[in-house]
Amino acid sequence: METWKQSKAVFWTLATPGTLWLAIFFVAPLAIIWGLSFAEKTSIVDTEITGTLSNYIRALGTPVYLKIIWKSIWISALATLMCLIIAFPIAFVVAFAPDKWKPILLMAVILPFWINLLIRTYALISVFRTRGFVNFGLEWLWDGANSILAFIGLGPAVLGAFEPLQMLYNNFAVIAGLVYVYMPFMVLPLYATIERLDKSFLEASLDLGASQARTFWSVVFPLTMPGIVSGIILVFIPCLGSFLTPDLLGGTNATMIGNVIERQFKAANDWPFGAALSFLLMYATFGALALRSLFAGRKSGMEV
Amino acid sequence: MSEIAGTNKAASPGGRAIAGPRGRRMTIGPLEYGRRFWLRCFVAATFLLLYAPIFTLIIFSFNDSRRNIVWRGFTFKYYEKAWNNDGLFEAFTNSLTIAVLTTIIATILGAMVALLLWRYRFPGKPAYEGFMALPIVIPEICMGVAMLAFFSRIGWPSGMPWPLNLSAITIAHIAFTFPFVAIVVRARMAGFNRELEEASKDLGASEWQTFMNVIVPFMRPGLIAGALLAFTLSLDDFVITFFTAGPETVTFPVKVYSMVRFSVTPEVNAASTALIVITVLATIVAMRFQTPDKTEAT
Repeated sequence: METWKQSKAVFWTLATPGTLWLAIFFVAPLAIIWGLSFAEKTSIVDTEITGTLSNYIRALGTPVYLKIIWKSIWISALATLMCLIIAFPIAFVVAFAPDKWKPILLMAVILPFWINLLIRTYALISVFRTRGFVNFGLEWLWDGANSILAFIGLGPAVLGAFEPLQMLYNNFAVIAGLVYVYMPFMVLPLYATIERLDKSFLEASLDLGASQARTFWSVVFPLTMPGIVSGIILVFIPCLGSFLTPDLLGGTNATMIGNVIERQFKAANDWPFGAALSFLLMYATFGALALRSLFAGRKSGMEV
Repeated sequence: MSEIAGTNKAASPGGRAIAGPRGRRMTIGPLEYGRRFWLRCFVAATFLLLYAPIFTLIIFSFNDSRRNIVWRGFTFKYYEKAWNNDGLFEAFTNSLTIAVLTTIIATILGAMVALLLWRYRFPGKPAYEGFMALPIVIPEICMGVAMLAFFSRIGWPSGMPWPLNLSAITIAHIAFTFPFVAIVVRARMAGFNRELEEASKDLGASEWQTFMNVIVPFMRPGLIAGALLAFTLSLDDFVITFFTAGPETVTFPVKVYSMVRFSVTPEVNAASTALIVITVLATIVAMRFQTPDKTEAT
């Protein structure tokens, strides 16, 4: 690697286009939103940046919005936890699979991630809706049970008519959707750390008489902590900012911050308030990233 | 549920046959987690739940019924319908145009950033790397509303003739895809033997000749993988496009969104299947190029 002073012309040619693009079309838009979050509406179309904190106060002080923020946090936390519980065994199996199988299994984990988020959510709708596959299967079982009961002489339709389960437009649907959509984000960092794990630690632990469970909690779990933290952040942040999943699967019953932001920028036309909510989301993201770098820094310091 | 439970039952005896006591090897080693029966079942069930909704979506795009749930025979008519749906077709053309433009520019920008980070040491490099990763890590909705505010504040003209009306969306797409390209290309460059570059320069090649004849040929698989990544990311993006797009420009995911909100129809299934096929093919090709071949990277 050379220092930039050795060939300044090449350095600047390479550095300028990307940096400028990001500065103009990424940093400037975010700066505008940041400014807007301290603005007030002066008329239907005009806003004026007055340095007011009223938008943040409204977001964090109004019970309605506080409730939505709190709900977004616990829905995201629950979805992240479920992702972790499901992804850990998968990552483990993939990491310990024979070399021949590894790429295939990894591909199987990654592939759904490449399928459009909207399409995957739509696929879930047709599974969960009142006339969807889950209810259809349940109805089939229900009718089967009914006719068996009728056959053994308990009279017709003992169980009564089938009542379809309402699985869409509630918190359950949103959590299931988030787990479904963001699971690959959890598997990959877990896989990466388990793969790099020195297998002889596990062997040593097992040889010295620890059970598989003990080995997992005392050896695997602490050693894969960086991967777990990365996975949690990679899933939690997009969950917290998700808009499509709660919109399509949650309806009006499971509104999250993302939906409120969308409403402020579209229907409600209150951009300053929407901007303040977006920046609360950004602060949360930065906080999470800072936590991770703090964690990663301490870890690498230990290993050296 | 019938679908899921049915296939699950079919899958588990297979798992048992290999992992069970009459398998190829009698004992399962302590670290052979992939051969443990319960773990196998768990992985199989998870993959099933992951893929069953997608496969049913694809299968039912061929179903000859509007109710969309009972199989009534094979048909292509919903593909025909989706193809002849002018709004859908226009949205698809728009999406492809945006994706192609984004791919070209994002690949160039991304490759330049990758070369910069690969080749040079400069003050503030870790901060610069963090800055480049920012579009990847911040929530999509924040970037979406930021783009909306940005283009309305600078008064980006709306209602322009066809390819130009896609400019705002394309600009936004380039901004969030090129950092991904940079990561992929940089990973490829990590396997490059710097002595080749030195040898080329020692033998009298100029900076540009070295770049074109030594670096670019090595970088090519990374460039292709990065380009395909940018293509799929752009084609798939909904949230950022949803905010950036004006009322008169519709892309494919935005169109599907409005159709899904309205009702669940086989036509949406057909259109979705077409998009799935395109992205999955692009991804598989990209993966092929991304796997480092050991013969070259000495």
